[in-house]
Amino acid sequence: MSDDHGSVFDGLIDGDLGGDSSQWAFGTGFEDPLAGVDTTVPAGTDPAELAAYCLMLGDDALIMSQRLAEWCSRAPDLEEDIALANIALDLLGQARLLLARAAAADPGAVPVLPEGSPVPAEDALAFFREAGAFRNVRLAEVPNGDFAHAVVRLLLFSVARLALLERLRGSADAVLAAVAGKGVKEVAYHRDWAGRWFLTLAQGTEESRRRLVTALDALWPLLDELVTAHPVEVSVARAGAGVDPASLRGEVDAVLDQVLAVSGVDRPDRPPLAGVAGRTGRHGTHTEAFGLLLAEMQVVARAHPNGRW
Amino acid sequence: MSADRREWPLYEVFVRGKRGLNHVHVGSLHAPDDAMALRHARDVYTRRNEGVSIWVVRADAITASSPDEKDPLFAPNGDKVYRHPTFYEIPENVPHM
Repeated sequence: MSDDHGSVFDGLIDGDLGGDSSQWAFGTGFEDPLAGVDTTVPAGTDPAELAAYCLMLGDDALIMSQRLAEWCSRAPDLEEDIALANIALDLLGQARLLLARAAAADPGAVPVLPEGSPVPAEDALAFFREAGAFRNVRLAEVPNGDFAHAVVRLLLFSVARLALLERLRGSADAVLAAVAGKGVKEVAYHRDWAGRWFLTLAQGTEESRRRLVTALDALWPLLDELVTAHPVEVSVARAGAGVDPASLRGEVDAVLDQVLAVSGVDRPDRPPLAGVAGRTGRHGTHTEAFGLLLAEMQVVARAHPNGRW
Repeated sequence: MSADRREWPLYEVFVRGKRGLNHVHVGSLHAPDDAMALRHARDVYTRRNEGVSIWVVRADAITASSPDEKDPLFAPNGDKVYRHPTFYEIPENVPHM
């Protein structure tokens, strides 16, 4: 037996877990999610489109991670501070794998750095692209508000992302399938965390409920972009490597309705936030706050394009 | 201070590691209820891949011995070395003893 609740005698013998046994107190048995995965682009998928698709999913995770990381030392309690940082790091890990996949599928998408720069391709994508080259949804980038805002944003984001990753496990691209397999377990926890806090704040005090409803009203117009397909998503989904986000709409609605019903909160009656001439985050058109976010996220890496981290 | 500003109760956290036979006390934390305490324990105490199982218990549910009772409780056993099973040899083919 080797499942998580297996025999208590599992793992008593050195070597079962591999790694450095002198470090056992700090956890052992770490896994590489991409070990042994076939990295060839599947036949029938356009490499440039696959790269653009990976940027969309990767940028969503990267920018969400950045906003969550801004909570460090600012959460209401130490326990929640660590929870938010854990979630941010999960998403950063997903972003790293997805941006690396984008770079491998289409090296032309990676910004060119000075000769001899040791910066890996996924870092070049994260830290050396301009705002217009980022494909993340606007929900991920809007500035932080109070704790209720963080809870609502993460709930909307993780409900849609979990539905997506569950389907993406069947991707024709073995790398995307492996990234999704790892991500499902992480985002399932994020959704659980956000759902519990949503209920707690809704049923808590008058003040917590007022803040929750205010955040929900403010963020609801940004939900639609997560379940609206960009042409690249449609094309990659048709090739069997991606998931058409429009196909997630029913599940996302059903899950959110369930959370709203349990919490006794009405579904907001707010229209989706329009794009600019039809262009949204997926097209590289972002909100005003995005430039400031990127400036803070990228400034150190850009000051040292030959830096080794 | 109004009721809304109450501190969350204190919980004690026990984690069973991959190499452990039993749950070991690893620390304490604050949480609004039992279910949230379990989540907090996961976030605070198992983030380095240490654990396979967690117990949490309200600190005020633990009855502890008092330092004042130390002598009557424990001192009488200090001179009874014969209660230790150390007077025989363990055969070589018995592992993990």
